[in-house]
Amino acid sequence: MNRQASQARSWHPGTPGGNNRMGTPVIELEEVRKVYPRLAGDVVALNGVSFAIEEGEFVAIMGASGSGKSTLLNQIGCLDVPTSGRLLIDGRDIRNMSDFDLTNLRRDAIGFIFQKFNLIPLLTAYENVELPLIMKKGQRDVSGRPIDLLRQVGLEGEMITHTPPELSGGQQQRVAIARALANDPKILLADEPTGNLDSKTGTQIMDLLANLHEEGRTIVMVTHDRKTAAYADRVITISDGRIA
Amino acid sequence: MIFSRILFDLAKRNVRLHFLRSLLAAVGIVIGVLAITAMGMMGSSLQLAVSSQLSEGANTLVIYPYTTSGSDEGITERQLRDIKLSAGTNPVIPIMSGSDRIAVGSKNGYAGIYGLDPGDVGDIAEVDKGVSIRGGEGALVGPALAEEYDMRVGSRITLGLDGGRSIRVVGILKESGFSGTMMTDNAIIVSESAFTSMYGDEGYSMVEVIVEDISAIDRVKENIENKMNRREETVTVWDSRAFLDMISETLGSISLFVMAIGGISLIVAAVSIFNVMLMSVSERIKEIGILRSIGVQKHEISLIFLYEAVILGFAGSLVGALVSLIGGYALVSFMFHDMSLFFAPQTLMYVPAGMGIGIAVCLLSGVYPALRAARLNPIEALGAE
Repeated sequence: MNRQASQARSWHPGTPGGNNRMGTPVIELEEVRKVYPRLAGDVVALNGVSFAIEEGEFVAIMGASGSGKSTLLNQIGCLDVPTSGRLLIDGRDIRNMSDFDLTNLRRDAIGFIFQKFNLIPLLTAYENVELPLIMKKGQRDVSGRPIDLLRQVGLEGEMITHTPPELSGGQQQRVAIARALANDPKILLADEPTGNLDSKTGTQIMDLLANLHEEGRTIVMVTHDRKTAAYADRVITISDGRIA
Repeated sequence: MIFSRILFDLAKRNVRLHFLRSLLAAVGIVIGVLAITAMGMMGSSLQLAVSSQLSEGANTLVIYPYTTSGSDEGITERQLRDIKLSAGTNPVIPIMSGSDRIAVGSKNGYAGIYGLDPGDVGDIAEVDKGVSIRGGEGALVGPALAEEYDMRVGSRITLGLDGGRSIRVVGILKESGFSGTMMTDNAIIVSESAFTSMYGDEGYSMVEVIVEDISAIDRVKENIENKMNRREETVTVWDSRAFLDMISETLGSISLFVMAIGGISLIVAAVSIFNVMLMSVSERIKEIGILRSIGVQKHEISLIFLYEAVILGFAGSLVGALVSLIGGYALVSFMFHDMSLFFAPQTLMYVPAGMGIGIAVCLLSGVYPALRAARLNPIEALGAE
């Protein structure tokens, strides 16, 4: 169903370095290294990774466990910063940003979708979606956006007053997607979004992501499943901290 | 953003989720607040009760002879006349005092003896049973002494050693408690003439001036001192207000000490709150990771936990305050039978003060867990189970 979109963007060369002048890279990595100092010696999780992702792209990052793909996702998600190299998110180099600015960048520019949904168990579905809006505006939502977003992902009515433990896995992931969209982020980051779902529900969730992509969202997804990766325009494979 | 509704809701819901645990921690605060508040209220009531008793004697100036070592010259008639002159219309009561061996029936011991002009007795003490002394005859005894020696009106006391003078009890005094100057509960009062006939006339041991208008006390004191001590120090004028201040200062430090003991239970409560907060943080590491990943700032994470501590503190302190109001009321009515002591602002002040301390203690106990929660690495927190 997203073939059309893939074709429309098939001009993208996908070359590392991001020298493409035709689009605007929303994510740009240049020789990104991430080293974790350990007593037994440094662990190099990322060893000089360079690529760029244009606005509106749907990119899958694949790799075996321990390949560095999670580290890469954490860097793009501004949860961590590179040891060296340049990592631009929406044109801003995050390597020297303060925790405060990184947190605000996560809030405004990035929407996370996790394998284990990661909703706040104490809040209802509605409140989970409303939370990022409150964090941004400092007050409760009056625009009705959380309800719109929940309807968009297929949840409405009494369902949105339930707390996560009262919802099925698929419903929880839908809430999580609605939450990720709350502040209209430039980038959606999905970490094994179907990993905890049965294949039927997984397909529904992937269709939902494909729809969002068609609407022009930039999606970066980590997966080890080829079938899931097939939804993406482009696949970046990571192995031993490098692009394979 | 000082107060965030949704962060507060998160804290509130977590308290509700772990209701029993939160309740137990709050019970600690209830006990702590109860301890310091009840102790404080009791101390304050005691202070008020004692000072209201003592201030009955606060309008009294007592003049003692200025003694240089060795001499026990009393105040002379001449000096007394001068005192009377400078005291204006205020009653001046010369008092002789001493102590002697007494015997009643087969019991004997020592007691203080005061010699007073029979006309002045009414200003110093009240007669409970019998009559006051008249002329040179008879003695009045204090209630405690009367009880100890099993004396009643008509009993005979022998003063001095064998062959001493025997004197008849004509009246028993009303209990006067403790007033700064004369302690009549354990003493014998005889007439001045009887006193001098037994012990000789060495002058008066002290002179009391009852200042009828309490605001004039400083002026009267100054007058007497100017008159008596102009050339050389002949008398010491003692103002019972100084004594009153000393007593209430002492009671104040006693009640502070008792409150400090109550404070120990608050420290125990603080430890349990601290423990509950640490548990709350470690149970919610994952949640903290999620919140951080969707853009919640460090200080906002801290706020969630501080709110939780404050909710526990506020609930505990509120209950503690209510219980101590009830307990304090019962205690005051039982100990002093005077509810105005309880309703005095100095006493009731301990209720908001105790609550404030309780909440502050909880808040402080929450600071470290809250900071710890905020400092968690978001990636590691997200990976927690």
